[in-house]
Amino acid sequence: MTVEDTVRKIIAEQAGLDLADVTLDNSLESLGVDSLGLVETIFAIEEAFDISVPFNANAPQASGFDHSSVRAIAAAVQGLIDQQAA
Amino acid sequence: MKRVVITGAGTVNALAQDVAGTLKAFAEGRCGISALDIPDIDRLSIKIGGQVHGWDPEAHFNRQQIVLFDKFTQFTLVAARQAIAQSGLNFDGRLGNEAGVVLGTAGGGVNTWDENYRAVYEERKNRVHPFVVPKLMNNAAASHVSMEFNLRGPSFSVATACASSNHAMGQAFHMIRSGMTRAMVTGGSESMLCFGGIKAWEGLRVMSKEACRPFSLTRNGMVQGEGAAVFVFEEYEHARKRKAEILAEVVGFAMTSDAADIVMPSRQGAARAIAGALRDARLDPADVGYINAHGTGTAANDKTECAAVADVFGPQADHVMISSTKSMHGHLIGGTGAVELLACIMALRDGIIAPTIGYEEPDPECALDVVPNEAREARVEAAISNAFAFGGLNAVLALRRV
Repeated sequence: MTVEDTVRKIIAEQAGLDLADVTLDNSLESLGVDSLGLVETIFAIEEAFDISVPFNANAPQASGFDHSSVRAIAAAVQGLIDQQAA
Repeated sequence: MKRVVITGAGTVNALAQDVAGTLKAFAEGRCGISALDIPDIDRLSIKIGGQVHGWDPEAHFNRQQIVLFDKFTQFTLVAARQAIAQSGLNFDGRLGNEAGVVLGTAGGGVNTWDENYRAVYEERKNRVHPFVVPKLMNNAAASHVSMEFNLRGPSFSVATACASSNHAMGQAFHMIRSGMTRAMVTGGSESMLCFGGIKAWEGLRVMSKEACRPFSLTRNGMVQGEGAAVFVFEEYEHARKRKAEILAEVVGFAMTSDAADIVMPSRQGAARAIAGALRDARLDPADVGYINAHGTGTAANDKTECAAVADVFGPQADHVMISSTKSMHGHLIGGTGAVELLACIMALRDGIIAPTIGYEEPDPECALDVVPNEAREARVEAAISNAFAFGGLNAVLALRRV
């Protein structure tokens, strides 16, 4: 499974949606994932990829983890995987 | 209705192991948050806290007691000894039949849970010490205070997360006001600065790695603390007749529930608690000179709390001073309201307003006088102390100068 597929699957589970309803262009808000859902999503991502995601719920924008869309999240996750491998 | 006054206070926290030292630190705007000294710190991403460094149980307890007392009980007993000594009360006679002890703690003996889980899971031990249960139970501290001081009236512990101490002190206040008892020992404590305690909080992603900066635009989360504060609440005529020194009067209390979200605070729930405490105390917003804020340094709390204060105080919100001493001692969770009541007493009795330290930049959404960085002198007639817990449980106390 690609990084994008795994991220989509995690978000679909969090949002309680079918995988087909989660596209790369969706934002988390549009899928009904709130700030707590985001924290849970990041936890699931960390567990799935064995990475550490920099994220502070007090300053989500300043955390350096772009979560503006499903595509952005997948890209950020890929970046962290590459960083960890380097 | 009886009047209720405070005739004794004691504390152990990251700033000092007594009231005088704590108030001095408040007045100096000193920070008690430092590098945590606990096992497995390298596996934590949060490495700071308001830890009580240099804690020496042997200085206060014998070997048998140490085996039985979790750290939250140790902190409580030392604070209770200071408070009861200051009050000059003795509970061996009839007073002890009606006086009890109501204390707040969210987690109880968290260190004891942590140490013993470590022993059975990590070290694969198949046996734990026989006193693990009486050591970790939430009411252990209240029970040991009752035993040490012969308090034979109503005693229990209150667990409402970050509002535990305020809920506990509210109960003690109600009991004396209603005439049920002439004296109560009350306050709260917490000690969750251990690997499991911090790891659990890390998961929420609301902790700061640098500092607790309530109301500052640059804030990035809360910092945990530990310790206790304990007070003697006493019926006013009883205290007056024996010429006891009165630290302040407790004049009002209100509790509300948000009935909304398990972690996100509600502006309406907080505002109803603040307004309720003022109404109970028969105070107008203009009477209140100081608010000890819940002020955790999280985005969610600070904005909501400032909006709630603005709702209740209206135009008066521009004239009231509001500070968060969590910037100095950290967030003591279930013990926090008790330690923070000391800042209210200092404002009323000594005319010194504890600052919000670590303040760097104004936040337009927290546009109140947060007493940034430096303590201030001011005559204050009445003060309130806010506590807003996870689970949407709010408790606000109102105090008046005597």
